Amino acid sequence: MARISAGVATSHVPAIGAAIDLGKTKDEYWAPVFQGYEFVKEWIKDNTPDVVILAYNDHASALMLDIVPTFAIGFADTFQSADEGWGRRPVPLVHNHIDLAAHVAEQLVIDEFDITIINEMDVDHGLTVPLSLVFGQVEEWPCKVIPLAVNVTQFPTPSGERCWKLGEAIRNAVKTFPEDLDVQVWGTGGMSHQLQGTRAGLINKEFDNRFLDLLAHEPEELATWTRLEYLREAGTEGIELIMWLIMRAALGYGVDELHRFYRVPASNTAVGHVVYQAKA
Amino acid sequence: MPRQRLYPLEDLEDIPGTKVFTARRSRQGYYLHKFCMSLMQAENREEFKSGERAYLDRFAMTEDQKQAVLERDFNKLIDLGGNMYFLVKIASTDGWSAQKAVGSMTGMSPEEYATMMRDGGRSPEGVRSIKKGN
Repeated sequence: MARISAGVATSHVPAIGAAIDLGKTKDEYWAPVFQGYEFVKEWIKDNTPDVVILAYNDHASALMLDIVPTFAIGFADTFQSADEGWGRRPVPLVHNHIDLAAHVAEQLVIDEFDITIINEMDVDHGLTVPLSLVFGQVEEWPCKVIPLAVNVTQFPTPSGERCWKLGEAIRNAVKTFPEDLDVQVWGTGGMSHQLQGTRAGLINKEFDNRFLDLLAHEPEELATWTRLEYLREAGTEGIELIMWLIMRAALGYGVDELHRFYRVPASNTAVGHVVYQAKA
Repeated sequence: MPRQRLYPLEDLEDIPGTKVFTARRSRQGYYLHKFCMSLMQAENREEFKSGERAYLDRFAMTEDQKQAVLERDFNKLIDLGGNMYFLVKIASTDGWSAQKAVGSMTGMSPEEYATMMRDGGRSPEGVRSIKKGN
């Protein structure tokens, strides 16, 4: 049977991707950010899963204009990196695990998550920056990736509680997949940031660290935080943090926190990153 | 039975300097955003750069939206239904960093804004709620 062995969460700031692609990771500005990912790059070598289910948001690259799905699962065989206005990131094609994606999609609908299925799309920095941060600059990604796109752009977004329940449903779906697969669930985006108006540049270290404290061991409390609280406290784009709850709920009751990292800033954003091992 | 809501939706308008991107605003910004997403192709970026006004006239945007694009007035574009995830494609076409585009909305110079971010960003103190003034 398939099992969820671990979870990773990380911010997915586009400038981080640019720093990797342009060879700036050792620069004075960027080095302290990338130091926070040394652990995961070593850890993943011995813990490469067969499949990552990667919760991210599309930043008006493939979705959000003509179609605005609340939750969507990528169904293409492969996904190319999107041209977000400065050319495509030079990263490998993302390969899907169609059998698991189909199983998860079916189980989610049966569990009353009416998920959208997307048979063709490009994936943007929301998905590719986390892959680069964990796997580095490689010729091929070392595992399959199932993109799980969450609307955190157009209000109302799903609530934190809804994301929590989605994570639980994903856990149940994976556990009933008959093939022996090692699966990780990743949550991406955040932490506090606001990219609009006179309040732009907002960073809330207290909020972010409280979130990180609760996520590991008291995550049920996070599921009660409202969208409005995220907007007020963590900025209009800080609401991306709800996607971390999908990852955390998918891991089940208890986790071992193997790594935690927090740093301000990367561009406009507070960077957060955790690695959790699921308890058997 | 009326459904329970955790807060009135009007409260989304209570955050200083902030426009929450609602379904209505999304519709208001639709053609503006169609223009922004056209900039995801290199040949379109070149055409836009070689004649901005003529390129914008291909889209069913309002005149105000076109003017705000020409002026790179991101605050105005957000007032007119824009969302930054779309609008940043204009900045990328110009070769601006996201930080420069975002900082342009704050009334600070790019250097002042970059310094504020390096020093830990903008504190939420005083900019949580218009009503409460906290």
